[in-house]
Amino acid sequence: MESLNTQVIVLNFELKGSDFEAAGEASSKIKLVLQQIGIRSDVIRRIAISAYEAEMNVIIHAYRGKMKAEIFSDHTKITLKDEGPGISDIKLAMQEGYSTAPDYIREMGFGAGMGLPNMVRCTDKFDIESSVGIGTTISMTVCHNPLTIVGQ
Amino acid sequence: MKISEVVSRLQLGVAAGNEQLGRDIDSGYVSDLLSNVMGHAGAGAVWVTMQAHQNIVAVASLTDLAAIIIADGIMPDPHTLAKAESEGIVILTTPLSGYEVVGRLYGLGITGP
Ligand SMILES: Nc1ncnc2c1ncn2[C@@H]1O[C@H](COP(=O)(O)OP(=O)(O)OP(=O)(O)O)[C@@H](O)[C@H]1O
Ligand SMILES: [Mg+2]
Repeated sequence: MESLNTQVIVLNFELKGSDFEAAGEASSKIKLVLQQIGIRSDVIRRIAISAYEAEMNVIIHAYRGKMKAEIFSDHTKITLKDEGPGISDIKLAMQEGYSTAPDYIREMGFGAGMGLPNMVRCTDKFDIESSVGIGTTISMTVCHNPLTIVGQ
Repeated sequence: MKISEVVSRLQLGVAAGNEQLGRDIDSGYVSDLLSNVMGHAGAGAVWVTMQAHQNIVAVASLTDLAAIIIADGIMPDPHTLAKAESEGIVILTTPLSGYEVVGRLYGLGITGP
């Protein structure tokens, strides 16, 4: 789904928990669109990494979620809202190496506890909100020209 | 160094991405933890791993890696290969251990990020 006007390209995706088959498709689509409009490759890489880590967290840790990318001329904003167990201690979850991923997930190489730290490192603005038993919302912004300041 | 040169020097199998072997390898990274790769491998890196499931393709594609070498004689499943072909990701295989592969890559001048 794509709507295009002069200001912003909006991409919307539905994510399903435990769907490892489709995992990464939303992030790949976002990357493709960014390539098509000619965004710098190092900036695309940061957006792609943070998008994938966030997408995988919904697939691994939540039941379902919505992912939205808004591509403006000078920045990209990615928002994920999931229905899931939520995170009781966000500060702990943000620490490198902290993971509650079960063994079968770890065998696939997920569960290093590096996803949230990678998102913080790759983005210019990172916000997370979570309610236990309800779900988690993440919002991330990356400037296309790292010298500009996000105007919002 | 081009991927094709590494393929011939290490006698690697090309499981996917035959068309992309002309790309340069800029550095190397070894890990079986996907988020470590996303966080630490540089663009254009060759990634040595024992993971062979389809999510390695998304990791390589989104992180803009040059190639994946699956060590220890592990063969990727058909799903992984189909995905790699459609996304233009190079997957190489070898009976050598990860340790041996990394040592030989280093010997060719391919260092860490
Ligand atoms: N969307 C989410 N819903 C519920 N819990 C989450 C969510 N995202 C993260 N968490 C919790 O935060 C922890 C840390 O997340 P993080 O992404 O840093 O690591 P991970 O997903 O466990 O492993 P990795 O990302 O390295 O594969 C998770 O193990 C999980 O407990
Ligand atoms: Mg994660």
